[in-house]
Amino acid sequence: MAFLELKNVSKHFGGHSVLSNVNLSIAEGEFVAIVGYSGQGKTTLISLIAGLIKPDSGEVSLEGKIVQGPGPDRGLVFQNYSLLPWLTVYENIALAVNQVFPQWDATKRQAHVEKYIAMVKLSHAKDRLPKQLSGGMRQRVSVARTLAINPRILLLDEPLGALDALTRATLQDEIASIWQSERKTVVLITNSVDEALLLADRIIPLTIGPGATLGDSVPVTLTRPRDRTALNHDPEFKRLRALVTNQLLGFNAARKTSVTKKLIRPEILPEDLDAPRVNRPPRRPDEEKRESIQIA
Amino acid sequence: MSKFLEISQLVKTFPTPKGPLTVVRDFDLGVKKGEFITLIGHSGCGKSTVLSMVAGLTEATTGGVILAGKEVVGAGPDRGVVFQAPCLLPWLTAFENVMMGVDQAYYTASKLERRQIAEYYLTIVGLGEAMHKRPGELSQGMRQRCGIARAFALSPKMLLLDEPFGMLDSLTKYELQDVLLDLWQRDQKTALMVTHDVDEALYLSDRVVMMTDGPEATVGDILEVNFERPRTRKQLLEDPEYYRLREYLLHFLNERSHHRPGKAGQPALAHA
Repeated sequence: MAFLELKNVSKHFGGHSVLSNVNLSIAEGEFVAIVGYSGQGKTTLISLIAGLIKPDSGEVSLEGKIVQGPGPDRGLVFQNYSLLPWLTVYENIALAVNQVFPQWDATKRQAHVEKYIAMVKLSHAKDRLPKQLSGGMRQRVSVARTLAINPRILLLDEPLGALDALTRATLQDEIASIWQSERKTVVLITNSVDEALLLADRIIPLTIGPGATLGDSVPVTLTRPRDRTALNHDPEFKRLRALVTNQLLGFNAARKTSVTKKLIRPEILPEDLDAPRVNRPPRRPDEEKRESIQIA
Repeated sequence: MSKFLEISQLVKTFPTPKGPLTVVRDFDLGVKKGEFITLIGHSGCGKSTVLSMVAGLTEATTGGVILAGKEVVGAGPDRGVVFQAPCLLPWLTAFENVMMGVDQAYYTASKLERRQIAEYYLTIVGLGEAMHKRPGELSQGMRQRCGIARAFALSPKMLLLDEPFGMLDSLTKYELQDVLLDLWQRDQKTALMVTHDVDEALYLSDRVVMMTDGPEATVGDILEVNFERPRTRKQLLEDPEYYRLREYLLHFLNERSHHRPGKAGQPALAHA
């Protein structure tokens, strides 16, 4: 039986069909990346899995139980970190841990929080407020908070989208190594084919809306741990990269409808704004050509 | 043949509390008319400083820039700039934002001709349906489309692009790269673009100029990209040469960018 299963899930918003007939089945411990364009329902899909919204038809089930609402068995990491600005790193994580593990004594909870802060390498910054952290550090807090509630499945909604390339690479490596040690089931939403290839066991492209659905999955059999530089030499990496990119480009090409429209580009040249203003019609490129011929 | 754009011995020094800091030193580059050049390097290496000196927004400490036989002094409409943030006026529609410059640069033209120019470029970048919306109603990608239309509409001699797609997701980026290439080809412009995306540099440019890390950044190496045009991403992704060049650039960024090239000679290109 599948660990996470979506059966014929559809979702509309105000008459707009966002997702239609989404079928997905994920095994325990699997790392799946869903790749798609902005605004095509990626976040809607993850919100459905998280139980933040309900499908109009079809069902989402986790370990055989139908998802009715949000719960600590599904940990969510958002692109915008969603930390409480008045709480420190430690307090942000402790808030979640205290909620989920009220039966533990205080020492155990404290040790648990500190373990996850250490895992994302923020022990030196645990008493800082979010505003005193860089974007990458904030996202680490958010990852630690999610892991600390020990969810059955991790849902990552473009977690690295707002970060610069270098920080993004560092965090990708951290996510990969945490996944190696914790072996959680992960659903990663991303728009980067390279990120998906680096992290996932399986890539599923999301088609283009209205009524987007999941395309055919592409298994990624590259050996782990995957090294960014070494991958660049890997023929299988190149093949997968071309395959997934072309699939996505294909969706987009199919969306484009050609419109025939009459467009006129007047054949005139801009004026020199440093020179005094002139009072004559605009010059045309063919006149300029004639001038230069005369000079020659 | 003389160069269309000539950057010579460019130096930029900023005063800091700890004394002057030389960000860029001895930067030399010649660009032919119609060429597409990308400047690639790590964040903060001074790529944007070079671009901003060519734009005339920053004054060079020593050295200079000559565009089409004229020295660059200050900013001007002969150089169209596209910034990372589209920098549109939020209270004007996309159309009005483009018209703002068009009304200035084409002040001798009729109102109709000016409108036609703005409509032409906005339609080509894909804002035909949305040109009367304000920036607040447009997505990040749409706003950047408007920024591109605004730059091209003034028919500048040269286009300067400062990481124009840095804030976009990778798939929107693909679309906008195609929009940019399409316009560049139609209008046969000369372009200088700053990026740190290796794939973007290879897809767009005729030559990739690799910059060493700052301070005292300079040209570390130049890579010729000879793929046929028009290029398609599909064809590039299947070309072994593409991966060879990609590796060459990645190797530069990972290893070689930390050293200024020695005087004895620049490392030769590893052409097979």
